[in-house]
Amino acid sequence: MKTETSAVNIDRSKGDFFYPEAHVRDAGAGLSERTVRYISDVKEDPDWVREFRLRGLKTFLEKPLPTHWASKDLEAIDFDKIRYYLSPGTEAKRSWDEVPDDIKRTFERLGIPEQERKFLAGVEAQFDSEAVYSNIKKAVGEQGVIFVGSTEGLKNYPEIFRKWFGKVIPIADNKFSALNSAVFSGGSFIYVPPGVKVKHPLQAYFRINAENFGQFERTLIIADEGSEVTYMEGCTAPKFNTPTLHSAVVELVALKGAKIQYITVQNWASNVFNLVTKRGLAQENAEVKWIDCNIGSRLTMKYPSVIMKGRKARGEVLSIALANDGQHQDTGAKMIHAADETTSNIISKSISIGKGRATYRGLVHVPKHLKHCKNNTECDALLINATSRTDTYPAITVRGTGNAVQHEASVSQVSAEQIFYMQQRGLSEAQAMSLSVNGFVNDLVRQFPMEYSVELKRLIELEMEGSVG
Amino acid sequence: MKELNIENLRIAVDGQEIVRGLTLRVPRGEVHALMGPNGSGKSTLAKVLAGHPDYHVTAGKVLMDGENLLELEPDERARRGLFMAFQYPSEIPGVTIANFLRAAMQSRLPEGEELEATDYYAKLYEKIELLGMDRSFTSRAVNEGFSGGEKKRTEILQLAMLEPKYAVLDETDSGLDIDALKTVAHGVNSLRGPDLGILLITHYQRLLNYIIPDHVHVMVAGRIVRSGRKELALELEERGYDWARDGAIEPAFR
Ligand SMILES: Nc1ncnc2c1ncn2[C@@H]1O[C@H](COP(=O)(O)OP(=O)(O)OP(=O)(O)O)[C@@H](O)[C@H]1O
Ligand SMILES: [Mg+2]
Repeated sequence: MKTETSAVNIDRSKGDFFYPEAHVRDAGAGLSERTVRYISDVKEDPDWVREFRLRGLKTFLEKPLPTHWASKDLEAIDFDKIRYYLSPGTEAKRSWDEVPDDIKRTFERLGIPEQERKFLAGVEAQFDSEAVYSNIKKAVGEQGVIFVGSTEGLKNYPEIFRKWFGKVIPIADNKFSALNSAVFSGGSFIYVPPGVKVKHPLQAYFRINAENFGQFERTLIIADEGSEVTYMEGCTAPKFNTPTLHSAVVELVALKGAKIQYITVQNWASNVFNLVTKRGLAQENAEVKWIDCNIGSRLTMKYPSVIMKGRKARGEVLSIALANDGQHQDTGAKMIHAADETTSNIISKSISIGKGRATYRGLVHVPKHLKHCKNNTECDALLINATSRTDTYPAITVRGTGNAVQHEASVSQVSAEQIFYMQQRGLSEAQAMSLSVNGFVNDLVRQFPMEYSVELKRLIELEMEGSVG
Repeated sequence: MKELNIENLRIAVDGQEIVRGLTLRVPRGEVHALMGPNGSGKSTLAKVLAGHPDYHVTAGKVLMDGENLLELEPDERARRGLFMAFQYPSEIPGVTIANFLRAAMQSRLPEGEELEATDYYAKLYEKIELLGMDRSFTSRAVNEGFSGGEKKRTEILQLAMLEPKYAVLDETDSGLDIDALKTVAHGVNSLRGPDLGILLITHYQRLLNYIIPDHVHVMVAGRIVRSGRKELALELEERGYDWARDGAIEPAFR
């Protein structure tokens, strides 16, 4: 409907443009100790961060690519050709007027300032390696909510920042979390004081403009006792012929009774390797909910996780992955139950189009000594063409008695008869397919915030239009 | 000429000829009943009119108001005014009738023009009432878990909403109880008029008591073997298809 505004404009056709580079700070191509030190120097890192980065680099170099279980396509990433840090050399501005022209125009074309005015509590806009704009509505700031870039976070709020940084996702969690630890830049730091409920979402928008580039944002969100916050991230990049790497680390901490909802809409161009580690920690009675939507990219590997550490903590992952021709969406969820009466819910829907491939990997872990834990897992795959592919690897380790798990999986195919039926009513093949896909994800999308579901529907339509003759 | 004109049509599937030189004209404003034994090719004809990709037209032509129908994609045919009520309608999981019909009607509007939501719902509820259905039905997924009769009613609901120039109704009566048959017939009759031509495929004379046809054709083994007025249906019921076939001008065989 016309009156609805969409939350995150990440239409790839709209996102497929770039301005000439005007970077003042450039770490050059390739990764070595020098690269890492350069980043530390430019960012004026405190010593503990310098050390952290160097440990990250060491771990990254030591760890093999996870090709024994993951896609061999990872070998196509040439770590020597990637540029690890590019920035205009200015600090994040509090007003769009102060943002350099080309960069400001980029975000205007993506509709960010407009959405900020309409319904967001705060926005952070990252351009290549650094946040260029970061602002929070006055009323929200006055409640004591902190919403800044990671660089600013670690400098200005070291006591809270350091306490949790790298604790939910240790450096050595995996090769790409180690890489991020070495070269991280940008991303958000959010702190919500006890009892504060942030009404409107805080949004970050990650934009890649440069070719042969790697974006490594690092986000840390801490919701103090009884507080609530919703964070949304959107990302786009123009389509280049060479691989682009996006490798973020996102850590969420929900203290006693707090609620964090983290919403991602990703619509990457088909040259992007999207290798992201996301994990939340939920203390007693707290809730961490990931809404994760992956469209585009060449290869996405992402398994949002929740560690339920306190009694009655809840974890949830609702995800949609759309794998078009030549794309591989390797996504899933991990639920680690570490206290009694914890509950988790995973609903994953994937759509494979053409030769697209969707893989679901799930992990549900409930150790023997726990009582009254519950997990529900549903994963459904929709295949559009005969050449489309889906695989499911659920790993459920539930020990002990008195814990309940429920697992359902389904694979369905859009049939030629279905498409013909819809065409007979006047819909083009592409419209028919996007309607089927929307029908398939409908019950899940209904649980998403309104603005977000509108955007998602539009993206699915665009994707289907592009995939049919 | 405002008619659906099928001329010497031959249709094959997997190398086997199913429709074997069929000629039939349905002018707008008329209802033509098409009857024939199982497997005689009635549904095949209907699907080919609608543009089903599995069937090959090996000879003949089909013109809709003078326009070559066979050159058009199925959705173009639909948007230009051809409707088919399926003998076995497909299910579309997760897509509500309301959303489906809305998309179908939107597809008929010029680019940039948006369907007026209030008008749309007003019309939808009017037609729902016409067909003796419950409003809540429109928020169910298309044909998903519908009974046979509900599916057929939903086909006619779509016909009523989309207002085509020609409608092919493939055994819309089968699976309907007597009350439902009357309501559906009432629905179809209310749509009759100078702007709509109907090809009504059925096995049963019973339907023709409610939707009175202008012409009746008997199809056997891929051809029309007899044509006549509405009385032909009665005669056919009495005497059977063998009679119809024997009287054919040239013998039809399979
Ligand atoms: N896609 C197909 N592949 C193979 N054979 C087909 C196909 N479609 C139809 N046929 C065959 O063509 C013949 C005619 O079928 P069709 O469905 O048109 O008959 P009908 O007259 O509609 O019969 P009924 O009264 O039972 O509905 C049958 O022998 C059927 O098996
Ligand atoms: Mg039939």
